[in-house]
Amino acid sequence: MINRLRSVADLQSWQATLAAAWDESKPRLRVCDGTGCRALGSQKVLTALYEELNAARLDTAVEIVGTGCPGFCERGPLVTVYPQGLSYQRVQPDDVPEIVHKTCRHGETIERLLYTDPRTGGHIYTEPDLPFYRKQKRLVLDLNGRIDPTRIEDYIALGGYASLAKVLSTMTSEQVIATVKASGLRGRGGAGFPAGLKWEICRKNVQIAGVGYIICNADEGDPGAFMDRSVMEGNPHSVIEGMLIGAYAMDVHQGYVYIRAEYPLAVENLRTAIKQAEEVGLLGKNIFERGFDFGLSVRLGAGAFVCGEETALMASIEGRTGEPRPRPPYPAESGLWGKPTNVNNVETWANVPIIVRDGSAAFASIGTEKSKGTKIFSVVGKINNTGLVEVPMGITLREVIYDIGGGIPKGKRFKAAQLGGPSGGCVPAEHLDVPIDYESLSALGAIMGSGGMVITDEDTCMVDFARYFMKFVQEESCGKCTPCRVGTRVMLTILERICAGNGKPGDIDYLVRLGETIKTASLCGLGQTAPNSVLSTIRYFRDEYQAHIIDRVCPAKVCKGLITYSIIPEKCTGCMVCLHNCPTNAVAGAKQQVHVINAALCSRCGMCASVCKFEAVVVQ
Amino acid sequence: MRIALDEVYAMIARTATGDGSLIAALGAIQERYRYLPPEALILASERLGIPLAQVYSVATFYNAFSLEPKGKHLLHVCMGTACHVRGSPQVLDRLQTKLAVKPGGTTRDRLFTLETVNCLGACALGPIVIADGEYSGQMNPQKADQLLKNIQRRPDFARRGGAEVR
Repeated sequence: MINRLRSVADLQSWQATLAAAWDESKPRLRVCDGTGCRALGSQKVLTALYEELNAARLDTAVEIVGTGCPGFCERGPLVTVYPQGLSYQRVQPDDVPEIVHKTCRHGETIERLLYTDPRTGGHIYTEPDLPFYRKQKRLVLDLNGRIDPTRIEDYIALGGYASLAKVLSTMTSEQVIATVKASGLRGRGGAGFPAGLKWEICRKNVQIAGVGYIICNADEGDPGAFMDRSVMEGNPHSVIEGMLIGAYAMDVHQGYVYIRAEYPLAVENLRTAIKQAEEVGLLGKNIFERGFDFGLSVRLGAGAFVCGEETALMASIEGRTGEPRPRPPYPAESGLWGKPTNVNNVETWANVPIIVRDGSAAFASIGTEKSKGTKIFSVVGKINNTGLVEVPMGITLREVIYDIGGGIPKGKRFKAAQLGGPSGGCVPAEHLDVPIDYESLSALGAIMGSGGMVITDEDTCMVDFARYFMKFVQEESCGKCTPCRVGTRVMLTILERICAGNGKPGDIDYLVRLGETIKTASLCGLGQTAPNSVLSTIRYFRDEYQAHIIDRVCPAKVCKGLITYSIIPEKCTGCMVCLHNCPTNAVAGAKQQVHVINAALCSRCGMCASVCKFEAVVVQ
Repeated sequence: MRIALDEVYAMIARTATGDGSLIAALGAIQERYRYLPPEALILASERLGIPLAQVYSVATFYNAFSLEPKGKHLLHVCMGTACHVRGSPQVLDRLQTKLAVKPGGTTRDRLFTLETVNCLGACALGPIVIADGEYSGQMNPQKADQLLKNIQRRPDFARRGGAEVR
């Protein structure tokens, strides 16, 4: 680490030194050390690599870099071998000796660790050639997977903080705001409000009030969404740099990052990054000796989904219960401690240095007329290639699901893509060719949302799916306003009744009427969007609701009240495995005799089906 | 585990850095003891000059805080959407049946606490169960049984856990 950077020239000369030492032709192993790969055992792989390289006396010749998430979580732990750029996947500690001795020492390729293209059966050697990456446009995620997020030197070597330097040395606040406005950047948290406009309003109010704050909303609460986590884990300095630029533009000197405590690695990497930026003088007093001060504090969330709503988030930063309040006044007028405050989410902030670096015209050339730039989605659920993808706005849903995501596993039929988490809605198969932009998705009753994209297939019951989201929002409703507190509970009760097989003929219409009322009457964004998952599934899958209510059938065979487990006598070998595993003793039979399930005792837990080796247990 | 009041006091003092420090103070106490003892709430109220009722309201609002002592082994079942569509309800059901506790509950011997969590963002592995901080992916009811057995086989398993105030 060098001494404090006193000027833009200091940064530039440090950058030049670091860039000169940044040699992509050097032998190097990049190992994904993000949460996803860690959960798959990447840290054991890292340890094994260190030990094996040491033992082989290659530890000085080959560098190991633990990186953030490159996105292809399905195939983790991911190890990329340079200078060849070989992409090794699902690497286990047992594979390590071979990697070191064959690939690192002799430059041989280990084919079994490569990706096999399911269409051609051929091996794919490098990351850019993988179908998963080919249609992506990686701007925000560009450095994820390349740099060590715990080293500010890596970020600076590849041009980090150059945008801040450009802003502080050559641009006025007005010019920065004009640039962000011209880029067409819209908030990536879900609502899509133009970022530059929000900054402009906040700046005006800061000038009147004399003080203001900026906040990074990193309370990524939508289940099935982990874009922001990966950005903070893999490239925390990009968020800090974005906030610095925003602070300069809005004349604000204190910022907060409100981050979920459920993301321990992101918290750790972010804190490390802030400390490093402080040490070199990129945060703190008199940055680059240009009279600009900015301090950044981390505040941890404490497990409340509603705190992703900006007014609740600010209440939580102030140390109170995270209850929202009505808007207006918007935070830009009266926010944190009653002062003008600008709230943007992680991905929005991380886009800012890119806009300054490339210019607003370059940014605005990506995407559609009203939706500019890229969007990161976490594509999860019933999909072959689970992971994080960054795509240009305007790409179709079909391309994301089939070309990048690799389609639905086990040859099943795609049913719907659910976008935007509990606040969002679903897009069914007939609309797969919808371009991904704010307006087109809204027209279908879905939303861009923060980027969660959950894929469902023919085995997903859409009524149960809606019940899941309703249970989520009902539990997370803070209880301050009645429509949300009571309304979500009533909707949940009805959905539970339908799933239990006790639906009534008027239930669907009642759900729609109640849902519309909750949307209109609720206080904050949570309540105003809470019924969306139900309304959207009713819109596209009304027949599934009717099957539950009128025919008393769950077509996807999910809802416990509407299914029965039984054993096919011809397939049963009488092995007693299901009998021993049944928690309610509902299976009767003896060795080498056909077993029978007693429906009265059966709790429909599915244990018998999961343990049967002969596929003798069926659900009807 | 003993609750040392002077230690709690030091934790509150360390996090008391101005406005909004109540959540940070409670977070530190929760992390240390894995629950919020009543004594700690009273201390926080006195030290930070915040009415006890308000401290209690914050302590009960956020999911991360618990007023009940936790068991020795913590099981978190991820209930995120991806885990849900891949079968986490069956896994939770199984653990509930085996341990005879509801989510959020602790077994009578204070050995296990079963909790749910809203998405850990490791969706490629779903359904996920975290046992004492260790992730297990692609769970099903059968693997859940095995997971419990593995914990029970550990040499230090039988020793009683949980925190108590002395």
